[in-house]
Amino acid sequence: MASTDEIRADLAEIVNDVAGVAVEDVQLDKSFTDDLDVDSLSMVEIIYACEEKFGVSIPDEDAKNLKTVGDAVAFIERAQA
Amino acid sequence: MTATAPAGMLTTSQGAQYARLLGVGGYRGSRVVDNDEMCTWIDSSDEWIRQRTGIVERRWATEDETPLSMAAAAARKALDRAGLAADQVDAVICSTVSHFQQTPSLAVLVADELDCGTPAAFDISAACAGFSYGVGMAESLVRSGAAINVLVIGVETLSRLTDLSDRSTAFLFSDGAGAVVVGPSDTPAIGPVVWGSEPGDHEVIQTRPWEVGNPEFPYIEMEGQKVFRWATTAIADKARECLRVAGLEPEQLDVFIPHQANNRITDSMLRHLKLPESVTVSRDITHMGNSSAASIPLAMEALLESGEATSGQTALVIGFGAGLVFAGQVLVLP
Repeated sequence: MASTDEIRADLAEIVNDVAGVAVEDVQLDKSFTDDLDVDSLSMVEIIYACEEKFGVSIPDEDAKNLKTVGDAVAFIERAQA
Repeated sequence: MTATAPAGMLTTSQGAQYARLLGVGGYRGSRVVDNDEMCTWIDSSDEWIRQRTGIVERRWATEDETPLSMAAAAARKALDRAGLAADQVDAVICSTVSHFQQTPSLAVLVADELDCGTPAAFDISAACAGFSYGVGMAESLVRSGAAINVLVIGVETLSRLTDLSDRSTAFLFSDGAGAVVVGPSDTPAIGPVVWGSEPGDHEVIQTRPWEVGNPEFPYIEMEGQKVFRWATTAIADKARECLRVAGLEPEQLDVFIPHQANNRITDSMLRHLKLPESVTVSRDITHMGNSSAASIPLAMEALLESGEATSGQTALVIGFGAGLVFAGQVLVLP
């Protein structure tokens, strides 16, 4: 089972790849839209990449509630449990 | 060509061993609508539209520019470049969703306008996949012997189907026509078509039924994020499939011309496909907008005219859109 920080680090790589955000900026308390300037289309790509990377399903109704990096990491941890 | 069968059995047709694109031509609506003008109708900004789509300006038809006039203009250029006269065309296939007349088909009207004689002529409704649907069909017609030279035209006046009060779609669409002539070839020059549909998602992009007496104009409605996800995942896989069935490695590809739906979709497809840096990628949408069935042949013509691509290079083309439908193939550029 991956640790919280391992998931955050993998997610940071995805956010960097899709939206060009520096890996070190992708911290748990950061908002995707307000702090990291990730727009709605990039979020679609990030969600899909997370499903592939972490082997989880993230339905649209859950995806829209993932406001911060911490929200996404917590969702992935629960889905993997 | 026909193959004579034993007595008592039907004679069947047999065509050329291979088919290829003989020529391409395009016509763009002459009215330039930049993002600032677009934002006089919708609450948006030049920066927002550029960031989400890459579109700087789009081309709209004037009152005098109709699907027929634009299709005929594009077809004349394609025939001229193919070195063929109009009466050498055996079949005309028009892909359009903006010919607002159930019958006759636009293809018949184009055949009349060009003076093609008496070719087979029909329209197909496959939205943004229409060009590759048409080329796939034309290739089969040429190889089966049903036709020698086929004119395939994608043409749209999407500005007339655009809801200028819808700030999520209004800035996307444009008007134009692109045409190719498909004819016999001594060498393989059109890869197998990879095509299909997602019938369960027919409401993701649609126009409402156009019922008699309905005062509502059937504008295009689209769930943009669902389309984006589909295009950047499933369609990227289909693009890879086009290369595989054509027996081509990514390193052997020269040009990538995806349907010009959104530069962000193109960016994402490129990440998934991992094409080499050497591949020329069309960004025709930047100054054209999304012209649906016309976008791929228009982009092809532009790359050839600018010298960014040359005749004989291999190009991967793939269309995807309302239906949902998709189609793509590898083509040798004319």
